[in-house]
Order: sequence, then C-alpha cells, then structure tokens
Amino acid sequence: MFEAPEISYAALLPLIIVFVGGLVGVAIEGFAGKAKRYAIHLPVVIATLVLAFLAIIMVARDNQGATAAGAVVIDGPSLFLQGLLLVLSVIGILVMSERFGGETPDAFTQAGVSTPGSVEEALATKMGATTTEIYPLTLFSIGGMMLFTMANDLLVMFIALEILSLPLYVLSGLARRRRLLSQEAALKYFLLGAFSSAFFLFGAALIYGYSGSMRFDVIAASIGTEVLMDGLLVPGVLLVATGLLFKVGAVPFHAWTPDVYQGAPTPVTGFMAACTKVAAFGAMLRVFYVAVEGARLDWAPILAVIAAITMIVGAVMSVRQTDVKRILAYSSIAHAGFILVGLVSLQQSGVTSTMFYLVTYGFMTIPAFAIVTMVRSSGTEATHVSQWAGLGKTNPWVAAAFSFLMLAFAGIPLTSGFTGKFAVFSAGVEGGYAWLAVIGVLASAVTAYVYFRLIVTMYFGDSDDDTVVINASALTLFAIAFGVVVTLFLGVVPSPMLEVAQQASQFLR
Amino acid sequence: MTLVAYIYLATILFTIGALVVLTRRNTIVVFMGVELMLNATNLALVTFSRMHGTLDGQVYALFVMVVAAAEVVVGLAIIMSIFRARRTASVDDSNLLKL
Repeated sequence: MFEAPEISYAALLPLIIVFVGGLVGVAIEGFAGKAKRYAIHLPVVIATLVLAFLAIIMVARDNQGATAAGAVVIDGPSLFLQGLLLVLSVIGILVMSERFGGETPDAFTQAGVSTPGSVEEALATKMGATTTEIYPLTLFSIGGMMLFTMANDLLVMFIALEILSLPLYVLSGLARRRRLLSQEAALKYFLLGAFSSAFFLFGAALIYGYSGSMRFDVIAASIGTEVLMDGLLVPGVLLVATGLLFKVGAVPFHAWTPDVYQGAPTPVTGFMAACTKVAAFGAMLRVFYVAVEGARLDWAPILAVIAAITMIVGAVMSVRQTDVKRILAYSSIAHAGFILVGLVSLQQSGVTSTMFYLVTYGFMTIPAFAIVTMVRSSGTEATHVSQWAGLGKTNPWVAAAFSFLMLAFAGIPLTSGFTGKFAVFSAGVEGGYAWLAVIGVLASAVTAYVYFRLIVTMYFGDSDDDTVVINASALTLFAIAFGVVVTLFLGVVPSPMLEVAQQASQFLR
Repeated sequence: MTLVAYIYLATILFTIGALVVLTRRNTIVVFMGVELMLNATNLALVTFSRMHGTLDGQVYALFVMVVAAAEVVVGLAIIMSIFRARRTASVDDSNLLKL
C-alpha cells in the first residue's frame, strides 16, 4: 500500500548534522562530569552549526528539489533561511554561553529542576554548577526551525512547529534571577503555544478534508477544481494561519509576546525573537505562496488587515512601556507587521524583501538583547528605562552600540532597518497595498519616538549610580560587534545581500 | 452522507476544548482542553481518511498522538515546577508578569 519514499540524504545533510549535534549534546550531558560539560559543549555546538552551514553551501545547494515523498523541499528560500538561521544561531549561542564568573550571576539558573528558594537550588549555586542542558535544547530547536522552513507538507510543518517550540518552552523557564517570573513565562508560552498549534492542526485537517492530501503541491492543484467539500478550504487556511501568526507574534495573537520576552532569560529572548521569526515567516511564505496561492482572494484581505493592526498595536503599545525588554517585545510585534506587508504583497519581490527584512531584523535583535544582559543593577538585569539613564556618560561604547541598534529598529537611513523597511514597503506598493505602506511609515514614526526617547534617556538623563555595565567576555562582545557591523553594512551596501535574496526567492512548486 | 456527522462532532469537540482553554482556571484542566482539541482533530483526520478512501489521514492521526504525548511531557513538567514553587495550579495566580 505504501511505497518507500526516496530520500536525498545529501539535500537533508544540514538538518541531519544539526540533529546529530543535538544528540551528541544529550550524550555529553549523560557521560561528561558536571564541571567539564560546559567546556565540551560550546565547541561541539559551534562546530555543529558551522558544519551545517558548510553543508548548505557545499552539498545541499547542489541537491535542490523535493525529497522524502515531497514532504520537504530544498529550494532557494529554504536554503537561504536555513543559512540565516544557522548564522543567527551561532551569535545567539555565543550570547547564551556567556558565563560572567565570580560574583556576577549568569543568565541561566544553576539547576532548572530545583524549586526556587529551595535547598537544592542553594546547593547547586554553592557548587558553582552551570546549566548546560541549554545546548542540546537549542540545537533541537534550531533543527525544528530549519525543518519548518522547508516543510512542504502540513503534517511535517506541524511536527517541525512542535520540535522548535517544545525546547523553547523549557528554555524560557531557566532564568537565573526572578525564577518565578521565568517559570510563569514558560507556562504562558506553553499553554498559548499548545493552544495555537491545536488550531494549526485542525486547520491542516480541514485542508486535508478539502484536498485529500496535506502536501502543498496537491493542495495547490486541487484549488479551483471540483472537490468533495468546497467550504473547508478557507476555514482551514485561516486556522493554519492562526497557528503561524501566533509564532511571529502578530496581533491579535500577540498577547504572549511581551510577557514571555520579559520573563525568559535574556539571551533566550534574543535567540527566540530572531530565529523563531525567521522560521515562522519562512513557513508562512511557503504556505501562502505555494500551497494556497490560488485562493488568495479569500485570505489576502484578512492578512492585510492583520498586518495593519499588528503594526498599529505594536507601535502604539510600545509608547507606554517602561521596561526595556517589553519595549523590544512590542517592537518585535511591530516588526512582524512590517514583514507581513512584504509577505502579503504576493509578488516575487515580496519573497525577496521578506527574507531580506528577516536578515536585518535578526542581526539587530540578538545584539540588542545581548546588551540588555550586560546592564545590571545590584546583580539583576536593570531593565527599567529609568535605570538606563546616563549610560551614555558612564559607558559610552555600550550606549553607542545600543543607540545604533535603536536607530536601526527605527529605520533610519544608513542602517539595515531602513533598507529592510524600504524593501518590504515597496513590495507592498507593488502588490497593490499602498495603504499598508502608508500605515507602515506612520507606525515607524511612532516607534521611532520610542527609540529616540530611550536614546535621549541614555545620553541626557541623570546617571543612576546603582546601574553598572558588567564586563562581558569575548563571546558576548563578538556577538554584539558582529550584529552591529552587519546592521551597518546592510544599511550602506545592501545590494549584495538583496541580490542573494533575490536569487534565492524562487520557490520550487 | 452520514460520515459528515463525524466532522460536525469533531468540530463540536474542538470548540468545547477551545472553550475549556479559555474559561477554566486550573492549568491541568486548561491543558486537558488542549488535548481535547488535538483528539477532536484526530477524529476529523480519520473521518476524512475514510471519506477520501486513503489511509493518509490515519497515519497523520498516529503522528498527532506522538506529538501530543511529547507535549504532555514538557507541559506537565512546567506545570509541576510551578506547582512546587507556589503550591497552586491556578492560571489566575500566575500574574507576576502583568503590567
């Protein structure tokens, strides 16, 4: 009844490398002594990510096509986004690996299983243990994200969604300080994430009822033909979109974003903000451009409205935030709206600009959160805006880097934020959504006010003596410097990256 | 076609599950609501499989069961760790993050 599918292992090599790396990480957890684990994990993880990236360039790129019975497709967009995910993961992992040493607490708890305030926790702290479970968890999550961008079948997409989400739920609950807050963030993320993935699955079931298959090419072919039950397609598409929009934090599915971003360990927040967006927008591109493009008249207007309210709510709500992490969270909501403008245009340039924006957004987000981990007040992260006052005088370098990233978030020319916004808005205009571009520009103006206010506080506010910037090791500093350089480079000479994105923008149908 | 009745049943069960998630306070019960939604989906998948005369839907249902089991493991672990810290499983008590 079933035929054994042909599997092109060469095309799947990057994915296999990442998952094997995750399994090696589990083995290290099991066999290496507690004191040695950190030193073993870090090189293994970085080597895994670098090898996977090389595998994309040298092997997978020459083996494009659908494989595993059409369940996954290796084509331009999936390869581009996988490469992007791996590079972002490297700098994300570097920030996670920061161990401040001495009296300064790390971002992660020493013992995730212990109850906050318990004897076990105190013992683990006294031992000077360090959390290393984060490495295999992150690798599995990265593997799920990579699978998410190349899934050509709703079931594979659902499984990829779970593989990427489940480790993130756990990672969100591992903060060193304010552990109750962190556990609460994990609970909220988990409950709402499970809720939204149930919607995704029910939508997938309805689409299966409509077309008789979950494969995107079959779904695309069955749109417009006589089928068993015609009314199932649009509800199915909208339910699937709900699950995907939840992952990117689009309004009205954004309620979890500020809470989880605030509660989760800051390095995890940076990783999650950048990489989950890349993966989820990759999946959305494929669903909307390949599978259900034929029914665009039914869903495109709804998606356009969601893009508009996402930009407006993200921008307006960020104005009244007083916590740096929550400002960044609402800014991520607004950015999701900007990216949706490119996505909803349904042009070839929509794919290019969406992918380009994801590059720019990823490389400004991870460093921004990395800087948040360094600004401390009596041991904990100083996330209240007032605590950042006067940082420009006491720590000019940190303030300068953060201000530059804020300018990029705002979309000021000569930063990547400007070129990214320009690309998505012009794609939107090309697709006939000029009104969305207008809302986008207005929303950018509102968010720019928020970022400028933060910059003004840093440079002209009165210094709060309690706030210090702690010395980070080369890991964090490299991640920040790398992100800032990429942000500047893509702002000044965007054309090479745009060209790569354009070459990679052709979906294999 | 009487098979359609199963689709209606699946939709009703899915809605009940969603309402449980939205209205109940106890995290375990909320979680049960999610599980009900997933199982309603399984019913729909198996029914569609029968309607189309292919086995794909049944295979999908098997995959969904495995994923649901994995979700239970992670979910209950998170709920347990919160319960041990606070001695409560009510979602209303998890309100530290509200601003």
